[in-house]
Amino acid sequence: MGGGGGAEPSAPQSGYNFAYLDEGTKRMIRRAILKAIAVPGYQVPFASREMPMPYGWGTGGVQVTAAILGRADVLKVIDQGADDTTNAVSIRRFFAKTSGVATTTRTTEATVIQTRHRIPETPLTEGQTLVYQVPIPEPLRFLEPRETETRQLHALAEYGAMHVKLYEDISRHGHIATTYAYPVEVAGRYVMDPSPTPKFDNPKMDDCPALQLFGAGRERRIYAVPPYTSVRSLDFEDHPFRVQDFTEPCALCGARGHYLDEVVTDDAGGRMYICSDTDICETRVAEAAR
Amino acid sequence: MYVAVKGGEAAIDNAHRLLAEARRGDPAVPELSVAQIREQMALLVDRVMTEGSLYDPDLAALALKQARGDVVEAVFLVRAYRTTLSRFGASVPVDTGQMAVARRVSATFKDLPGGQVLGPTFDYTHRLIDFALAAESEIEPAAEADPRADAAICPRVTDLLAQDGLIEASPPDAGAPVGDLTREPVDYPADRALRLQALARGDEGFVLGLAYSTQRGFGRTHPFVGEIRVGDVAVEFVPEELGFAVPLGRVRLTECQMVNQFKGSGTAPPQFTRGYGLSFGQSERKAMAMALVDRALRAEELGEPVVSPAQDQEFVLAHCDSLQATGFVEHLKLPHYVDFQAELELVRRLRAEFERKSESVEMQEAAE
Repeated sequence: MGGGGGAEPSAPQSGYNFAYLDEGTKRMIRRAILKAIAVPGYQVPFASREMPMPYGWGTGGVQVTAAILGRADVLKVIDQGADDTTNAVSIRRFFAKTSGVATTTRTTEATVIQTRHRIPETPLTEGQTLVYQVPIPEPLRFLEPRETETRQLHALAEYGAMHVKLYEDISRHGHIATTYAYPVEVAGRYVMDPSPTPKFDNPKMDDCPALQLFGAGRERRIYAVPPYTSVRSLDFEDHPFRVQDFTEPCALCGARGHYLDEVVTDDAGGRMYICSDTDICETRVAEAAR
Repeated sequence: MYVAVKGGEAAIDNAHRLLAEARRGDPAVPELSVAQIREQMALLVDRVMTEGSLYDPDLAALALKQARGDVVEAVFLVRAYRTTLSRFGASVPVDTGQMAVARRVSATFKDLPGGQVLGPTFDYTHRLIDFALAAESEIEPAAEADPRADAAICPRVTDLLAQDGLIEASPPDAGAPVGDLTREPVDYPADRALRLQALARGDEGFVLGLAYSTQRGFGRTHPFVGEIRVGDVAVEFVPEELGFAVPLGRVRLTECQMVNQFKGSGTAPPQFTRGYGLSFGQSERKAMAMALVDRALRAEELGEPVVSPAQDQEFVLAHCDSLQATGFVEHLKLPHYVDFQAELELVRRLRAEFERKSESVEMQEAAE
């Protein structure tokens, strides 16, 4: 389970540079990161490298993590909120092997958290960095597939098409039908894709004390939300932004107000709901047992 | 040598002898056996069977040996053999719900009856060249699976979703004869069965590229992998004289059920829609790409605007077959002397007329 994922620092694998990437590549990525922090929500092109895992598995996040990791860092990797999912295990092992940094499953102990699809339930603090794996960095991509067009739309802050899309959802379904990768406006300027996190997590991005970095390897883009930056989910006055709520508490720790996974227990319609964030769930179960 | 006009016969014979020698490579290196290819290039064999539309691992391995490892050429050999086989009937539809599962993953549920079974997969390997593999090596035996109480029960994820009406029902088997695009020309618009046949035989790279384009905004379908399962299923046949099904054997299949964006209308509540992929052996990339393109090709049926290549069945079906594509592209190597001669004559005439015209303009200008 999640608790088994932590490890003390060790010697990195020989034959490769610290954290796999060479220092020249790291410098190039750090420059892109600095630019991204300076222009919140703007997608900075970068010379993404071929990585030893496939595109779509988190190559962007892995490159960002590799570029910012130092020997004193403590790394946590989650996928779907959980430390024990296969890809989280794989990426955590990759950095344990290539950098030798300490790893943890505890959100509070981590200095760098790489994530796919979730933001931890435990509030993040100053000094922490959350690295998102991003498949499609362009929030307008599904309204306009051509890059030449979308870059111009961003330059002119021409986001009318996105509002029309959300309005069409309301007129068709009575609701905004975007449930994840819900578009946000960063620092009052750029519309940004928060990566495919459920919109449940959007409010956690706003005014967050931690640095949020987004890496898209296949699409070769890095973007960022600096600490304490406004992140507003797009909505309308008469249809304000709302997050998902769950009628049941977590079946393991009893928490309410957490994002839950639906687990199918049999083929006769049986279901149970458990916290997607395994760290907070295990911590609560352990505290209750004490 | 590319022989001019006459003397082609000897040149062709010589080229074939040279090909045979090139195929063998350095005779000091031991020759590959068909069994070695079948066992150690298994995924390549699976691809040749899938695109060759013929389940025969030995034949596919032999084709690969003969084709020097060229996939399209191997598919060609298998297809050319397949076309000579007599058809004595069609099997009973295979039941993938009864599959002996070697691998089964769902991206939509963390856990479910039958569990997540990773099986043999590259998915979480780090792509670091294993130089130790350059030497022949003993491998560590794989761990034995715990016999799970529910191992036998592995319901399809789409069936679980269908119980609650969350996904569209699978169309019932009307028992109507299914078309065969290898026996009849495709008549557009083609029904879904024919489209799936074409995609199953289609070139993996082409179908993959189309599938990828739908993920990047050219015909978006909001896909989730409901389930991928790989394993053996029984093939049964009903001989006319017996009137009941008898097993013919087992085939290994990869099935992908894609769960796609929901749809509703004034009269029907919203529900997820399906995309389906099926391939021989373990061919996950192909099955997934096929499922994405299948769903994209249902755009018209589901009332979506048809604006992207992956949604256009004439574009997809007419171009996805690697043999048709390679045939027409590579035929450009054949002699085209007579056509080119005709073009040459025309271009020369047009150029001469152009020259005459500009000369007369110059003369006129000089006269003025």
